[in-house]
Amino acid sequence: MELVFQFSIILLITFLGEVLRALIPLPIPAGIYGLILLFICLKTGLIPLHKIKKASDFMLSAMPVMFIGPCVGFMDICQEQGIAILYISLIAMVTTVLTMAVTGCSAQAVIRRGKERRHD
Amino acid sequence: MTEFFAESVYFGAVISILAYALGNAIQKKWKFAIFNPLLIAIILVIAVLLVLGVEYEDYNRGADYITWFLTPATVCFAVPLYEQYERLKKNWRGLLVGSVAGVVACLLSILLLSVLFRLSHEQYVSLLPKSITTAIGIALSGELGGIPTLTVASIMVTGLFGNIVARGVCRLFRIKEPAAVGLAIGAASHAIGTVRAREIGEEEGAISGLAIVICGILTVIASLFFAGLY
Repeated sequence: MELVFQFSIILLITFLGEVLRALIPLPIPAGIYGLILLFICLKTGLIPLHKIKKASDFMLSAMPVMFIGPCVGFMDICQEQGIAILYISLIAMVTTVLTMAVTGCSAQAVIRRGKERRHD
Repeated sequence: MTEFFAESVYFGAVISILAYALGNAIQKKWKFAIFNPLLIAIILVIAVLLVLGVEYEDYNRGADYITWFLTPATVCFAVPLYEQYERLKKNWRGLLVGSVAGVVACLLSILLLSVLFRLSHEQYVSLLPKSITTAIGIALSGELGGIPTLTVASIMVTGLFGNIVARGVCRLFRIKEPAAVGLAIGAASHAIGTVRAREIGEEEGAISGLAIVICGILTVIASLFFAGLY
């Protein structure tokens, strides 16, 4: 029963995210509004962590399974787009490595500099 | 027989979960990055659908019940973020610089490669949202005049590939700070990458979730400018 209650809170926040999405004319999905909303609720103490922790941990650990459906859709897109899918996939892979490297290296450089300054 | 599978409501959901369980078992046995449970599950499901002659649409009627949980699961990224908040606050400068640098590098490299491969304008703008979470990506692609299915394909390839190579790329470029590792994975490969970041560590996972939000929003803003360049 506890788990059902916890899950209901998360669903309620998700719904409020949907409401915000309908009210604010930006291409930001309900999940992102909900994430920010839940963070504010936790930070202000409106929702204590233990009231949602169990359901949240379960949802996050089950997340990979939720991607299978949309990813299998790749099958149809391949038939529809033909050879273009090859270029698109190649560009997607190359830029992914590049983005990861640039983000990580620049963030690390600034973080390490901050650490050295704190030690001085 | 095909008809039964196509009409069944639970077939899509059951086969997805079974395929993932099998993928997990295979990874436990052979610990190579390429034996990624998600990748194995996707290939298995596609193979089964082709063998049984079931259309994607019919399969997805069942699988969609699982996908339905994706939005509330995204909301749950707030929990690790809340738990890791103190460490996050300490590194906010690095996280901000890294996010901006990552988004610019991502869009710029897409622009250069699109010119090199002579993609059409539609294909180019369809690729711009490839590193952000699907829901924002589809909306943005529509806004820019892209082809939504192509955007979905590029987002999936990016997420899966990022998930598979994350450890290797971080090792190769000597990215060791947990916050930087998390940000790199989340910025490059959104929620599917974040699954891997959570396996690496708690701080990595939390910051990867944060990167989805920051880089998603930054990409929306920067794409409006980049879309006019080619």
